[in-house]
Amino acid sequence: MEEMHQVAIAAKDPASGRQFSSQVSILSAMELIWNLCEILFIEVAPAGPLLLHLLDWVRLHVCEVDSLSADVLGSENPSKHESFWNLVTVLVLQGRLDEARQMLSREADASPTSAGMCRILGDLMRTMPVLSPGNTQTLTELELKWQHWHEECERHLQDGTFASSPHLESLCKIMLGDEAALLEQKKLLSNWYHFLVTRLLYSHPTVKPMDLYFYAQSSLDLFLGGESSPEPLDNILMAAFEFDIHQVIKECSIALSNWWFVAHLTDLLDHCKLLQSHNLYFGSNMREFLLLEYASGLFAHHSLWQLGVDYFDYCPELGRVSLELHIERIPLSTEQKALKVLRVCEQRQMTEQVRSICKILAMKAVRNNRLGSALSWSIRAKDAAFATLVSDRFLRDYCERGCFSDLDLIDNLGPAMMLSDRLTFLGKYREFHRLYGEKRFVDAASLLLSLMTSQIAPRSFWMTLLTDALPLLEQKQVIFSAEQTYELMRCLEDLTSGKPVCGEPDPQRLQDDDVETTKVEMLRLALARNLARSIIKEGSLEGS
Amino acid sequence: MFVARSIAADHKDLIHDVSFDFHGRRMATCSSDQSVKVWDKSESGDWHCTASWKTHSGSVWRVTWAHPEFGQVLASCSFDRTAAVWEEIVGESNDKLRGQSHWVKRTTLVDSRTSVTDVKFAPKHMGLMLATCSADGIVRVYEAPDVMNLSQWSLQHEISCKLSCSCISWNPSSSRAHPPMIAVGSDDSSPNAMAKAQIFEYNENTRKYAKAETLMTVTDPVHDIAFAPNLGRSFHILAIATKDVRIFTLKPVRKELTSSGGPTKFEIHIVAQFDNHNSQVWRVSWNITGTVLASSGDDGCVRLWKANYMDNWKCTGILKGNGSPVSGSSQQGSSNPPLGSNVPNLQNSLNGSSAGRYFFPPLDSPRAGSRWSSYAQLLPPPPPPLVEHSCDADTANLQYPHPRRRSLSRPLNPLPENEGV
Repeated sequence: MEEMHQVAIAAKDPASGRQFSSQVSILSAMELIWNLCEILFIEVAPAGPLLLHLLDWVRLHVCEVDSLSADVLGSENPSKHESFWNLVTVLVLQGRLDEARQMLSREADASPTSAGMCRILGDLMRTMPVLSPGNTQTLTELELKWQHWHEECERHLQDGTFASSPHLESLCKIMLGDEAALLEQKKLLSNWYHFLVTRLLYSHPTVKPMDLYFYAQSSLDLFLGGESSPEPLDNILMAAFEFDIHQVIKECSIALSNWWFVAHLTDLLDHCKLLQSHNLYFGSNMREFLLLEYASGLFAHHSLWQLGVDYFDYCPELGRVSLELHIERIPLSTEQKALKVLRVCEQRQMTEQVRSICKILAMKAVRNNRLGSALSWSIRAKDAAFATLVSDRFLRDYCERGCFSDLDLIDNLGPAMMLSDRLTFLGKYREFHRLYGEKRFVDAASLLLSLMTSQIAPRSFWMTLLTDALPLLEQKQVIFSAEQTYELMRCLEDLTSGKPVCGEPDPQRLQDDDVETTKVEMLRLALARNLARSIIKEGSLEGS
Repeated sequence: MFVARSIAADHKDLIHDVSFDFHGRRMATCSSDQSVKVWDKSESGDWHCTASWKTHSGSVWRVTWAHPEFGQVLASCSFDRTAAVWEEIVGESNDKLRGQSHWVKRTTLVDSRTSVTDVKFAPKHMGLMLATCSADGIVRVYEAPDVMNLSQWSLQHEISCKLSCSCISWNPSSSRAHPPMIAVGSDDSSPNAMAKAQIFEYNENTRKYAKAETLMTVTDPVHDIAFAPNLGRSFHILAIATKDVRIFTLKPVRKELTSSGGPTKFEIHIVAQFDNHNSQVWRVSWNITGTVLASSGDDGCVRLWKANYMDNWKCTGILKGNGSPVSGSSQQGSSNPPLGSNVPNLQNSLNGSSAGRYFFPPLDSPRAGSRWSSYAQLLPPPPPPLVEHSCDADTANLQYPHPRRRSLSRPLNPLPENEGV
């Protein structure tokens, strides 16, 4: 917030300067409310400490005094500084009597005429009874002492001790809790809750929590003096002083356009089990409601959605299903983002969402002809049908172009190969090519054969497989055994016998048939030759 | 806090429908100029028209996107008695550079004898399926058994509604607890016609759609109908755009109490009825989670409705079609919806949909504050408030936040608008 303040001041153009300033205002207002709620609802400070907490609260949030102090003390002659008395007054208003005394002693040094009065006032300041933490005195003792001190101040005022110095006299009046004197300092007080706390400090230091509201209301009225009406912030603070949590949350929701603050405040109060005790039986529902609203809002942002995920996790009833609905809709502009989204889903066992997202990506890849990408997404989606489809496309590509695309992917399928038969075939077929390339012909041969006999290979592909077998058959050495050759021949017969003769053959078909017939003849020849050679080889003594 | 942006659509006639895709990054518009335009949202948030083509030989009434699991697919329906399915073809590289894409027609559905008034894809768990409804009162359900082949669609069901249909909605719930449901609305103006909203449910045994319920209280012409997404509720929520905005809940009555094998019986309750538009309400649309409903009306406004955690529905925002602020309390039922002055070829079409404006994109669905206030940060300081105060001052329940603009001068403590995350 400090930074934003600096930026606001340094802003080049008024528009953004205004924007930053308003941000700062909103954040400081939120902090103000939050701290007050902490004091009243969570700490539940009793009479006595209550005032001390409220004093701290005011000191924290009305902080012009620091800059003022720096100004005055930094000057050559502090006590002659034009804001000197303002500073002293503010210090008194905030109950910082030690510092005020120090200021007064400077004044005493500087002007001997008023030294005596300053000393007396300083003494009064020093002797004001305060409840210090760890002090064992009871409230009644404190009250008694305070009453005596109050009377002493009163006496000094009556005697006219400070009559010759209007400043000192008004300070004394303030310390007596004189409302008129306090109201004169409206500008220094700057807001009604400061007025309230100062008033309480100097007139009812042992105020009980339940009486706070009464004083708050009158302070607000006196301060505003009928000139202006309460702002939303005032309403919120007033509701807090009334200990009406529900009202606080409601007013905050209305005033702030954003669920962040109320969601977190309600969550905190719920954790402190305060929502129930304050008779809000719908307490935890409201907490979840607000958290869901906030998280939903986050999902609209291109990167803050990740925070939203965590918030949904903490909503026991509707968090999961809300997350499921939202996470599917995140636009997957980059692969990185897609992977992030998928990780979130997988961590939460949202299998349907994983499947759906992967399917969307796979489909996109197929449409863009990026088969490798499509395949990897369908594997991740465990979508067997789609994997089959993509594998078919791969094989078709191979048939047309004679080579594979995305070899890396196919080579490294691993156990994912088992997802679909077609995919397994694709993987194995690629393996066959690899073996062939490594000249491990015997292995390649048996793999090829197993591909056909195990029915993994689609029938449409058999011709290609058999054609692939040709070079193996033509090798100098005998690769296929007799047994294997018989198998191959059987496959060939299976394939060719299944061809129906239908209708009028057109020229294209005749041509195709020609090519087919040639191929088949070549195969038959090669197979026969191989058979012969293998029989001989197996039959002779050296070979085995 | 809402900000309106207008887009010069360049349609040569009234725009009848606007539809966002699943992710909210693409938009399709259709018009009486017989064409459909597809718009893409760039990284910077601007919308560019990437395709524009003639789709029918009559006014195109509705256009809708299929789930992206099926690819980039659109369906349109028209006065020319047909519905069509379109698929985007990945273009040549120079097309991509120019930012253009091509859509090809995959199939034309010609079974209707009258104007086809609505077309909607079924939820994705039902496969690639769509329903059309026509002025002749028949709802037709088509299916494409092979999702990779969009040219093969078969007519699976013809459901007779006996009244001229104007709109349909599939129940998006994928729960196995209930069978597929279609809600059909009718704008039949003949005096005899009574209930104008019906619910049809698929029966596993007869393998047909049968009428499950008729909403007897809806007697005025229905312009739009929409099931809300289901967050795991056991009951359904249905919104209807008629002479006012109505929200119904449908609670399935336990099966044992009804004759087994028949359609489910529902307990129907109306949970909200709003006449704030003070005129015909033309469209209703839900956000992703079914928690916010948007409605548009002949008063040129879009209103947002939300239920608080006590399930009381309230108006949580009003947007004026041309982006101007909504004045005080009186809402004139304007018969002349305001024209967008900076969008010369557009008129606020008769059905009141905020033509060419930010209608109701799924991701941008107005949830409280933060989404829109992030807009306020991106754009120059927002114009004077577009959002009116809440319509009902009910202090008993938690209000949905509606930011009020105040001019505040005190430095540290005022609470001006939003702009917060």
